[in-house]
Amino acid sequence: MKPVQHKVPGTDTVVQTSRRSFLTAASTGVAGALAPGQAISETLADVPPRAPGAPLGARSERSQYVQLARIPEATPGKRDVNPAFAINSKTPLDKLYGTITPTDLHYERSHAGVPNLDPAKHRLLIHGMTRKSIVLSVDDLKEMPTISRVVFIECTGNGWENWKSADETLTVQNMYGLISTNEWTGVTLQFLLDLVGRDPKSTWMLAEGGDAAGVARSIPMTDEIMSESIVAFAQNGEPIRPAHGFPIRLIIPGHEGNLNIKWLRRLKFGDAPFMTRWETARYTQLQANGRARQFQLHQDVNSVITTPSGMMTIKPGFNLISGLAWSGHGRIDRVELSTDGGKTWKFARLNSPVLAKAQTRFELEWVWDGRPTKIVSRASDEKGNLQPDRDTFIRKTGTNALFHYNAQQPWGIDALGRVRNVLA
Amino acid sequence: MCLPRLALAIALLVSACIVPAFATDFGRPATPEEIKLWDIDVRPDGKGLPAGGGTVAHGKTVYEQNCAVCHGAKGEGGIGDRLVGGQGSLTSDRPVKTIGSYWPYATTLLDYVRRAMPYQAPGSLSVDDDYAVVAYLLALNGILPPEGTLNQESILEIRMPNRDGFVPEPEYRAFLPAR
Repeated sequence: MKPVQHKVPGTDTVVQTSRRSFLTAASTGVAGALAPGQAISETLADVPPRAPGAPLGARSERSQYVQLARIPEATPGKRDVNPAFAINSKTPLDKLYGTITPTDLHYERSHAGVPNLDPAKHRLLIHGMTRKSIVLSVDDLKEMPTISRVVFIECTGNGWENWKSADETLTVQNMYGLISTNEWTGVTLQFLLDLVGRDPKSTWMLAEGGDAAGVARSIPMTDEIMSESIVAFAQNGEPIRPAHGFPIRLIIPGHEGNLNIKWLRRLKFGDAPFMTRWETARYTQLQANGRARQFQLHQDVNSVITTPSGMMTIKPGFNLISGLAWSGHGRIDRVELSTDGGKTWKFARLNSPVLAKAQTRFELEWVWDGRPTKIVSRASDEKGNLQPDRDTFIRKTGTNALFHYNAQQPWGIDALGRVRNVLA
Repeated sequence: MCLPRLALAIALLVSACIVPAFATDFGRPATPEEIKLWDIDVRPDGKGLPAGGGTVAHGKTVYEQNCAVCHGAKGEGGIGDRLVGGQGSLTSDRPVKTIGSYWPYATTLLDYVRRAMPYQAPGSLSVDDDYAVVAYLLALNGILPPEGTLNQESILEIRMPNRDGFVPEPEYRAFLPAR
């Protein structure tokens, strides 16, 4: 069959596809990934015959051929721990497609375990600098007008493995599994603000959870936060799961995961930040001069190549590079890829939909010549923020901040095709 | 009146009735008594401080009975965070962030102990025990003397060693009260 040539949009690469989807790249002249003998020995006669299947059930399970799991982690470098000692659990980014995280694989960070809350007994108290103080049940919230929005939530600790050194055994799940994208449904914060009559002089809202730790954060009443936040009761079309805040959680698109208070039970309005442990002793970023950035609430523009990524092995010839980009400031504007360690860059394709404050899938075809190299992505958002290279980032921030790491993530590839975490 | 026009008229009537009623139709008023049960947050300016107090000496007993199993006999850390020491380490390659080296407000410590500790039974200590154990933790960090006491007035006079160690993001400076 005559091969068909495709120009890859946004690039100068031309790929050829034949009936069996073998690809070669005309731009480099390198032979494709067809392993000699591989396709010749295969025949459709090898495919098992059709047969009646299993009975239909109340729920559908994953295929026995698909293994997907999160990784519980205690602290950087302490992974696969006894779940009793875990403080978070990481999403398998390297095994997922598109942008929506399966609900049971959404990353989790909990501070005192997952409480078992009865929605019939759960209450939300809204008070402080408001015209009136009210108590809402979960059913009350479900009677209000709702909105749905697809957004990412990201723990500020995402990427924290690489502040000081690069452990070459890390996978992208180990390093970047503290981000997930779901559709969240609930009541707009603005509706609740109108309901209680927020005093315009109240500049901060304390949001508090019903977990044992009573995790509480002060949230500035910016126009962005007031207009975009949601008190959610559903996640990917079903009631929020316990690990993610059942029966209700706060969603503050684009901001620190910790602000998205789970098991939400109280909103209090005041005229100053409440200075909880979480916004002073914990989620503040120590700079090289010994002082800490406080209320660094937006999640900055970021991206990572998920395939190929840490601990994978690739073969010379055609490889599809795929990854995820996101920004707490808005929509991803472009993602550039380098396959020569940052010397030259090409635009990656952005797969639809490209949503503000949600993860965006990017792809690019690449023909590897078999020589050791590094591949790396860098994203920009609609506000003009550019994901920094590591040297620039560390020069500005130092290596002690622990949170809000968004430097470019290179993967080193050796002559055997082994993909490994490297710093730069 | 034909049917669609009737439906439209009803819809307009219904929406005219419902929209202004939103403000009163959901939930119920919260009573001052029940708000007190949940309104536990304490701000650095003293808003929310409960009435009470305790001594460093009593705090040592409270600590040994409730905290030492996770945070170590002298706050050196274990399953739970290290609570003591680290002053002068924040510019080093291995900063040690503790109450003494990092926490900017003593009120935050009282708030956190009261809301979240001890881990297995948060909120189980009395307010006086909360003040006492905070006093003990401050004493372990050299911020209170061993014979010291702490109450809802004296806690506002505590100046933590790292009080000025934080730089709020410029985009929220307008939201912060003048210092």
